[in-house]
Amino acid sequence: MRYITDRKRAVGLGSAKTGAQEFWKVRLTSAGLFVLVPLFVFTFGPMLGEPHDEVIAYFARPFPAIVAALTIVVGFKHFRDGAQVMIEDYVHGTTETLAIIAVTIISYGAMATGLFAIARIAL
Amino acid sequence: MADVNRGKRPLSPHLQIYRPQLTSITSILTRITGNALLLGALLMVWWFLAAASGPEYFATVDGIVTSFIGDLIMLGSLWALWYHALAGWRHMIWDSVWMMDIDSAEKLGWAVIGGSVILTVLTVIII
Repeated sequence: MRYITDRKRAVGLGSAKTGAQEFWKVRLTSAGLFVLVPLFVFTFGPMLGEPHDEVIAYFARPFPAIVAALTIVVGFKHFRDGAQVMIEDYVHGTTETLAIIAVTIISYGAMATGLFAIARIAL
Repeated sequence: MADVNRGKRPLSPHLQIYRPQLTSITSILTRITGNALLLGALLMVWWFLAAASGPEYFATVDGIVTSFIGDLIMLGSLWALWYHALAGWRHMIWDSVWMMDIDSAEKLGWAVIGGSVILTVLTVIII
């Protein structure tokens, strides 16, 4: 009889080795979005279709600007990580690599664009 | 190496084998809504960029986003957003090993579908 726990015996024997971090990152950003998304929907939503000067004045205020910026950062990070999981499920090989690169470019590109726009409106 | 015998290896039963169930459909919808939200998110970023650029460009983009098709996309995105959020809660619940029995899982499925519709209608009324 060996004095070792069942868990200790099992650690490292799975085929995946890594991956818990990816799982945790998506859960972490989703927890953040539970708070951010309702705040964003009810600040961004009413501004759709409003006159330009009103939109500018509204998003120059700290709360709507910070909520929008945070939602864009956390949202696109969550999308990038989630979309990678989907890609890894359905495509393989070179297509998989290229798809992950494309999703990463779109996500961070959109994130930077959104942040730039909000900074320009707010400052 | 790992791929040598890929074609001949037996596959475990997958989507084509199983009859669709509430739990499987709601799970697939979580993935579809999550990825489809990219469209609404990109429209939102475009709208912010237009607002930052100036009144004329903003009028054009705001016109597109609030056009009939734009409204349709935004309404769809709103539902997808609430659906994906509620499905996220469901995952958190399951990750905590709660409500894993079939009855509870089915109830959660209906809660996600019903809740997302109710939240969408409420949001449209409030906004």
